[in-house]
Amino acid sequence: MNVNIDLTTLWAFIIAFAVFAYVVMDGFDLGIGILFPTIDAGVERDRAMNSIAPVWDGNETWLVLGGGGLFAAFPLAYAVLLPATYPLIIAMLLGLVFRGVAFEFRWRDPAHRPLWDAAFCGGSLMAAMAQGMILGAILQGIEVEGRAYAGSWWDWLTPYTLLTGLGTIAGYALLGACWLVWKTTGKCQDHAYRMAFKAALITLMLMAGISLYNLFLFEQYRERWLEMPNILFASQVPLLTAIIAYFLFRGLVKRWEVWPFALSLVLFLLGMAGLGVTIWPYVVPDTVTIWEAAAPERSQVFMLVGVAITMPLILGYTGWAYWVFRGKVGEEGYH
Amino acid sequence: MFDAADALLLARLQFAFTVSFHFIFPAFSIGLASYLAVLEGLWLWTGKDRFLDLFRYWLKIFAIAFAMGVVSGIVMSYQFGTNWSVFSDRAGPVIGPLMAYEVLTAFFLEAGFLGVMLFGMSKVGPRLHFAATCMVAVGTFISAFWILSVNSWMHTPTGYIMGDNGQFLPGDSWAAIIFNPSFPYRLIHTVIAAYLTTALVVGGVGAWHLLRDRTNKHARTMFSMAMWMAALVAPVQIVVGDLHGLNTMEHQPAKIMAMEGHYESHPQGHAPLYLFGIPNDREQRLDYAVGIPGLSSLILNHSLEAPLAGLDSVPDDEQPPAAIIFWSFRIMVAIGMAMLGLGLWSLLARMRGRLYEWHWLHRAAVLMGPAGFVAVIAGWVTTEVGRQPYVIYGLLRTADAVSPLDAPAVGASLLAFILVYTAVFGVGIWYILRLMSSSPHHPEARVGEAEDGPIRTAGITPAGQRLRQGEGGREAPHPGAEGD
Repeated sequence: MNVNIDLTTLWAFIIAFAVFAYVVMDGFDLGIGILFPTIDAGVERDRAMNSIAPVWDGNETWLVLGGGGLFAAFPLAYAVLLPATYPLIIAMLLGLVFRGVAFEFRWRDPAHRPLWDAAFCGGSLMAAMAQGMILGAILQGIEVEGRAYAGSWWDWLTPYTLLTGLGTIAGYALLGACWLVWKTTGKCQDHAYRMAFKAALITLMLMAGISLYNLFLFEQYRERWLEMPNILFASQVPLLTAIIAYFLFRGLVKRWEVWPFALSLVLFLLGMAGLGVTIWPYVVPDTVTIWEAAAPERSQVFMLVGVAITMPLILGYTGWAYWVFRGKVGEEGYH
Repeated sequence: MFDAADALLLARLQFAFTVSFHFIFPAFSIGLASYLAVLEGLWLWTGKDRFLDLFRYWLKIFAIAFAMGVVSGIVMSYQFGTNWSVFSDRAGPVIGPLMAYEVLTAFFLEAGFLGVMLFGMSKVGPRLHFAATCMVAVGTFISAFWILSVNSWMHTPTGYIMGDNGQFLPGDSWAAIIFNPSFPYRLIHTVIAAYLTTALVVGGVGAWHLLRDRTNKHARTMFSMAMWMAALVAPVQIVVGDLHGLNTMEHQPAKIMAMEGHYESHPQGHAPLYLFGIPNDREQRLDYAVGIPGLSSLILNHSLEAPLAGLDSVPDDEQPPAAIIFWSFRIMVAIGMAMLGLGLWSLLARMRGRLYEWHWLHRAAVLMGPAGFVAVIAGWVTTEVGRQPYVIYGLLRTADAVSPLDAPAVGASLLAFILVYTAVFGVGIWYILRLMSSSPHHPEARVGEAEDGPIRTAGITPAGQRLRQGEGGREAPHPGAEGD
């Protein structure tokens, strides 16, 4: 049993890693989609799009690993969470359909490019909002009976989930803007600096709001964050967030090129840590723990072998693909 | 408006709709990725521009098909949980890991190298680029391997033990789960089907351009390659399909009975092979049957005398709906025979030295262009409808596997999928057809470039095009081989 507990914890961290990788990597793709209407049509938009065209597909694959991994390692959680957030999942998937095809279609059909640009933005917005609301719907609690979801199909819609949805949109916009700061020059970069500043402000305000709201959701959340001795550890998360936020704003004002993106990644990492502090060890708050939802040891071991072998390779060739397309986008096209 | 409808039926319709639409794209991209690898390999080997032009021509089409396959595939990976949550909870420990392996070994491989394949020629050079193309092609095959293993396990579940909580748990050997009895047949049959489907598309496009200009060298090359494929692989597919059928007969006899229209048992053998008939599930008989006496016994039992059971030996609530699969099976077989015919016809033309001259052969090839997709979908309908009423054969009924969702929720999502897929993928398919209708020529434009007009003067989207334009010059493996 001891071994199983360790394996289950390990798997919770692997899934969390996949989700985090998805959130930050597709986060900047979706963020560029969210910011698309504010970017000038023509050269600037093409450049923004080209900065992610070679990598978006790989980034999106982490979402399949997150979902597929949850299915494999925590089948009960997968079977409860997905029906509970049904309309949100469908909205996210349809949003990703529009976003994904727009990459190809806008080049194929110059006459209808504004239409596919709108699909790119609308799809990104819809996917981001849905993902944020899914997170909120899980955090605010889900009704379970036996091994199944027992609520109705509108339970997920609350002021809290609207807040988490908007927070995700703002956070993705921040990532997208910082990515553009890194990958572009000139007018596009100037614009990205301005948008990153605004997005950072909104993201931090919504993060603070959601964190406070959390304290009123479950007794456990309050204990984790406010009672001694938990508060000594937990309080490090908001403290670090404040420090990172300071450097992020400073970097944006001083026009550092790479650091804003790195700092916004750290901001997301802290958000993830806060999430972990809040919900651990539950996968459905107050109802299903990771051990109750876990697949048997044999399934976990079999997959762990796969992860141990393939993950270094995946990280290797994904890193290589990014390396191939390194540098500022668009410059090499001018000779 | 959906309240009256049955949530289960809506969930089944939604799965059927989304998976059918999805499979069109991988059926094409599995074959096309390999074809692209062959074209690029031939270019590197021979240095002939024609192969690079054809590579670029089909790469533009591949980019669109692949994007549609990806976005419709993500829908599938979540739909197990959204609509079939009881199935997911119970089968997750067994099939979940196989699907995780698909993501780890196939999806990342394809997606990781796709960017380099589409945009990276000038950055990594031809040889590394060829390696990326091969990785994408291998990735599509690995993906087929895992997902067909999962699918086959649901048809022929082995290697599991039942848990106290109702879950299917892995037994001692994962090999017993992965290499379940129907998997090898289904894998080979499906992958060959993907290659044939692609060959028919490539052949159809080549024939279309030969009909317009029979001297077009690019069209000649693609038509010739595709017809070789049809002539050599269609007969193999028919043999493999027969073996797959015999495997099904062993593990899912009711499916074969329904495919054959055998409501009645034939204790003395001499079962007829029905060519036509209207299956009547309610009355349990085949109306207006036209059959060849004894042939079914010969095909299925390899003996005229051996007894052959019919659907009358299967309880009503364990029978698949014969009305659907009797016909879907016949459509698949008829198209398979037509592929064989086309392949033989092309061999005859080739022997006479008239491969690029016979217009009627070209017209037939154009007509057969989309036939592979029809055959593939018909084949899947046969096998998936044929395993009803079970989702895990003999163990978990489809009706017991569904999520506890209200009918309006499923109805609304089904409607949304139908609207979005029809619109988005309809447009995408139209873009593909438009690319196919442009004649392959030298030098072929790259991914992301406008097809109409000279590249360097297309000024509407300077950044995107200049970015890709910058790739020129360095691409030729032999200096000066390409007049860019």
